[in-house]
Amino acid sequence: MSSPHASPRTGAPSARRLLPPGLLFALPFLVLFALFMVWPLVQGLWMSLTDTSLSAHAPSFVGLDNFTEALGDAEMWRSLGHTVWFTALSTVPLVAVALGMALLVHTGLPGQWVWRLAFFAPYLLPVGVVSLLWIWLYQPDLGLLNHLLEVAGLGPVSWLSDESVAMWAIVLTTLWWTVGFNFLLYLAALQAIPDHLYEAAAIDGAGAWRRLWSITLPQLSRITGVITVLQILASLKVFDQVYLLTKGGPNNSTRPVIEYMYDVGFTGYRLGYASAVSYVFFALVLIASAAQYAALRRREK
Amino acid sequence: MTSTELPVRPAAPVRAARPSRGPGRPRRAARPEGNLTLGESRLARGLALAVLAVLALAWLLPMAWALLTAFKSEQDASDPGQWFLPRHGFTLHGFSTVWERGDLPLWMLNSFLVSAAVTVITVLSSAMAGYAFSRTVFAGRRWLFALTVAAVLVPPQLLIVPWFRQMLTLHLVDTYAAVILPQTVAPVMVFILKKHFDSLPRELEEAARIDGAGHWRIFWSVLLPLSRPMLAAVAIFVFIGAWNNFLWPFVSTSDPGLMTLPVGITSVKDAYGIQYAQTMASAVLAALPLVVVFVFFQRHIVKSVATTGLGGQ
Repeated sequence: MSSPHASPRTGAPSARRLLPPGLLFALPFLVLFALFMVWPLVQGLWMSLTDTSLSAHAPSFVGLDNFTEALGDAEMWRSLGHTVWFTALSTVPLVAVALGMALLVHTGLPGQWVWRLAFFAPYLLPVGVVSLLWIWLYQPDLGLLNHLLEVAGLGPVSWLSDESVAMWAIVLTTLWWTVGFNFLLYLAALQAIPDHLYEAAAIDGAGAWRRLWSITLPQLSRITGVITVLQILASLKVFDQVYLLTKGGPNNSTRPVIEYMYDVGFTGYRLGYASAVSYVFFALVLIASAAQYAALRRREK
Repeated sequence: MTSTELPVRPAAPVRAARPSRGPGRPRRAARPEGNLTLGESRLARGLALAVLAVLALAWLLPMAWALLTAFKSEQDASDPGQWFLPRHGFTLHGFSTVWERGDLPLWMLNSFLVSAAVTVITVLSSAMAGYAFSRTVFAGRRWLFALTVAAVLVPPQLLIVPWFRQMLTLHLVDTYAAVILPQTVAPVMVFILKKHFDSLPRELEEAARIDGAGHWRIFWSVLLPLSRPMLAAVAIFVFIGAWNNFLWPFVSTSDPGLMTLPVGITSVKDAYGIQYAQTMASAVLAALPLVVVFVFFQRHIVKSVATTGLGGQ
């Protein structure tokens, strides 16, 4: 390879112009990207304008019919509302509890290994395992949670079959399952705060609370913004644990918009309409992203 | 291509370059964090420890409860009068029943094959694309990179319906390829690796180029060895994501022989819902692989989340 004859500069100039080495390097990704992201995006948009179905009839173009139907579809709006409600309920504890855990662990108390394992291990469980576990914990007659309520002298709760409780139960499961991820992000951010800030504060005689409020929390404000943004985007995509814990029930009272898309497309066979619903969901994600981008920019100014 | 063929010897400069990178990441043991943030107050330390212990117990409790149930007989597991300790002692019956049914090991194997394939394809294609965007010039490069960055916003859930349609057209429904391929497109990893390559000094490649090394050799023998920690972080992240992915494997497989762990294990729940001890035994077995990996590679996994979890923000 290093002999001058094999120098790549002398080999086949026309082929090189057609496929410069940089493009060759990007090619594997670009092929996958084109096949499994760009093309499906375009095809999804096209399907949303047709009455494509899982049954065998040939699709025909229906214009914006699917979108007008979706915008007037009360079940679609209801499921979109559940997604937003889940996001609102889950984001605050997923950020706040993670911060609390990280602050406590970062104080350097003994047992670092155990704390990390306890808080992060659930994140490593496949959602199938998480849902089996929590269905068992929430089991009305035999589950641990109702046993504990009984010990505390309280009555049993129908965790997953009571419309007023089910969404909270899903949020609790989600908190347990994924808080470890944000916890690790906070822990890394805490370790990056320079020591000299604390040393200076200690010389000035600042107490522990003072240091927390005047150094640690201000130093964490940027990462808190980023974690919140990522959490909101992650929560908007909720489907797995809801589908596995309640199948969207009781009475569809927890069904998120992605499950509605799934139900319409794969249970109802209406792939065209499901595509339209998924683009309504995409619009929600884009609006949320734009709003958060604007908010982060304003804070950084 | 082995490192001995190399016209340049990156080994020495690589080692020298390492400590200068990654500022602000000192060893944990050397830091007197406790004294800096909590103060010397015994009361404060005791209080913090108590809160932490309660939280950790609460987080471990669901897993402990599952473990306890898994070692009971079915009869004891569904005995409301004796909910904590079993009347008839502990048994491995739940585990042996689940294991002998035979589908669980198969799903584990499927999950492993799928996650490994997704990880290898994603990391390699993303690293190559990251190199192309960071180090080479070609027509349309900026435009393609902008498109890649914009694609980070696209939620995979959006693509489920068209993917499924695509797999029907390609006659790939119920194949490994259908489960694997759509999961290998990770624009965010291209972005992270491009930024990472941007941060590496160019002197090493200059030396290699003078010695006549082409792009492939610079990529494979100079930049990749330098990037091992970053590649490991990305690989771990991608692997965990693929291992736990539910929606697409769920939609794209109906053949139980092809199901991944998260999909397969919930199909059993529907079939054997009442058998709590068996269900928990299968949950424990299914949870085991990654938890064991975490116990052994905790430091790497923690670092992986810290470096890739923010998506390069």
